[in-house]
Amino acid sequence: MTEMLSGGEMLIRALHEEGVEYIFGYPGGAALHIYDAIFKQQAIEHILVRHEQAATHMADGYARSTGRPGVVLVTSGPGATNAITGIATAYMDSIPMVVISGQVPHDVIGTDAFQETDMIGVSRPVVKHSYLVEEAARIPHIVKEAIYIATSGRPGPVVIDIPKDTTDPNELFEYDLPDTVELRSYKPAIKGHVGQVRKAVQALLDCKRPVIYVGGGVVQGNAAPELCSLAYKLNYPVTNTLMGLGAFPGGDRQFLGMLGMHGTYVANNAMHHADLILAVGSRFDDRVTNNPSKFCPDATIVHIDVDPASISKVITADIPIVGQCKPVLNQMLSKLDEELNGREIDSEPIDAWWEQIDSWRESFGLDHDMYKTESDSGKLLPQQVIQVVYQATDGKAFVTSDVGQHQMFAAQYYKFEQPRQWINSGGLGTMGFGLPSAMGVQFAHPHSTVVCITGEGSFMMNMQELSTCSQYSLPIKIVNLNNQALGMVKQWQDMQYGGRHSHSTYADSLPNFVDLINAFGHVGLRAETLRELDEAVSLAFSDKHKSDLVFIDALIDPDEHIYPMFVRGGAVNEMVLNKHD
Amino acid sequence: MRHLLSVLLENEAGALSRVIGLFAQRDFNIETLTAAPTEDETLSRLTLVTTGDDRTIEQITKHLNRLIEVVKVIDLTDNEHIERELMLVKVRAEADARTEVKRTCDIFRGQIVDVTVNTYTVQLIGPTDKLLAFIDAIGTSRILEVVRSGVSGISRGTKVLSV
Repeated sequence: MTEMLSGGEMLIRALHEEGVEYIFGYPGGAALHIYDAIFKQQAIEHILVRHEQAATHMADGYARSTGRPGVVLVTSGPGATNAITGIATAYMDSIPMVVISGQVPHDVIGTDAFQETDMIGVSRPVVKHSYLVEEAARIPHIVKEAIYIATSGRPGPVVIDIPKDTTDPNELFEYDLPDTVELRSYKPAIKGHVGQVRKAVQALLDCKRPVIYVGGGVVQGNAAPELCSLAYKLNYPVTNTLMGLGAFPGGDRQFLGMLGMHGTYVANNAMHHADLILAVGSRFDDRVTNNPSKFCPDATIVHIDVDPASISKVITADIPIVGQCKPVLNQMLSKLDEELNGREIDSEPIDAWWEQIDSWRESFGLDHDMYKTESDSGKLLPQQVIQVVYQATDGKAFVTSDVGQHQMFAAQYYKFEQPRQWINSGGLGTMGFGLPSAMGVQFAHPHSTVVCITGEGSFMMNMQELSTCSQYSLPIKIVNLNNQALGMVKQWQDMQYGGRHSHSTYADSLPNFVDLINAFGHVGLRAETLRELDEAVSLAFSDKHKSDLVFIDALIDPDEHIYPMFVRGGAVNEMVLNKHD
Repeated sequence: MRHLLSVLLENEAGALSRVIGLFAQRDFNIETLTAAPTEDETLSRLTLVTTGDDRTIEQITKHLNRLIEVVKVIDLTDNEHIERELMLVKVRAEADARTEVKRTCDIFRGQIVDVTVNTYTVQLIGPTDKLLAFIDAIGTSRILEVVRSGVSGISRGTKVLSV
């Protein structure tokens, strides 16, 4: 006999049966029936946040670090609208997420009822799909479909808006979760077109100056092992986008570093002079291409992407391949073996290309040894902070970041070896992402070291979650690159607005972060010199504080800029390399 | 270039708003849009008139396909097709002008579907340029009200757009 459950109970049951472990949420009127259903079960753990935006970022961090969908539960009206920034963040970076919002009951929808908001309408531009529940009995089916859509094809957030009457505990329905879902209008591509794969492999074998340009699609598509196999087999240089960091190991000889606006000199030069670009799960974002009309003038572009709309959107692909990165790369690997048929790849042209690349690398490489000695000014530099953290964590921590200079320093100087190790808001650029996403990562990986590299500006956008961290004893290590200003804004103002720091500084009104952290029951440390930093970092990552949240307020040189940086409107190899450039 | 896109859409609440939202969100142009259920009531058929270079049209098609509820999209302008639009026009037609309006209406094979002492309401069906030519021929000074349905299109020959 089938079980009779209420809408709220069916929702939780279906989520559990779909493998959901955590729901990140915040209760409110329209969601109370659902919260009562949560109270009566133990299968799923609900995490009570302090702000709905943070709930979405936690679910996002959980999803990015595991590949499984993050689940959020909020109430109607302000609960729903507060979640929007996090939904948009996940949408821009193609992160699987299911956001359940309570809604006012059907009979008052459209009457401007208390805490009513048209969540379907408000979220529409930033979701992959959304559902307004019309019949309670459909809830299990909708959950199944929502998770399938969120996680398949190009992943993304899906909203389920649930009017309160459909979760009424007094109305029971037959619980029926379908085994599979079949949508006639949604059939995401998996394998690539065989003819296109053949052409791509031929192009790879015919080129002289190749670059493999790897994006977040390789991370999200679990295709890093295949990507590495292909790159090693060919001995071709690899550059990762901000979202792709970790897909190819950051310490590898074949790795050129990140490309783009704050990419390395060698990566951007290699891109500009390449005759073949193999773009895998990357989308030619404007932070990568700079001026599209000057982008990679001599290159044949091979573009692998699961989303046909990403192909030839910004840069026309010569050989487009629509499909998931993993199966397509596997197809390419076997085609390559077939083509080579046991013979070695002719390395001569590649040797010359490597020579050129190495000379670029030597002329303006990033200095990864700045942590060893004090800076000339004696001031603590942001690069040093990242390097010290990198050393202390052996390069193995999960690192989340917020948005700004600290994010770029972390991307440049923390050499990510593994996919899903680096978690940041690349597409939307959401300040306030770092702490809550680190919490989501820590929930998913309770025994791993999770570091949040932040700036005081970003940190203050979601610092209320320090209270959530106390409640759930999350031992996150937060490294605050405190330059007492909105550093990236200030840098642009230095470079493009004659140094007029319009509303980018607030030094006199910053809190004493150590006291603030202590007030939440955590451990606060301060470092103003390299020596103090070394001590603080050793202490933070010592066994003594294994179970504590430790916050290091690193007071860095407020005038430090992040370089290299694209010259606006230029080609990708046109970069400002330092302050005097 | 002007393109006629035919879209097969799940006939569900909110589906049409996603299509329209997409055009606004991505700054795509939308000239006319018609939508109604097909013989299979679970599906709606849309005809969209838009303009853009090949690259833009390709993006529009891809983004439409990306919407979960969109079942199929074709560009009718790629092949031979028929397009029709319905227009209702209320024109001033007093005294000696009446015969002139009636004659113009006949030339365009329009039908007068409502008559008052001072006005005719003319129904006209055809491709958009024919409707616009009628407006020109009557003269805007005589026109009181124009209602156009937007274009509906279908492929010529045996080709069909179905699930």
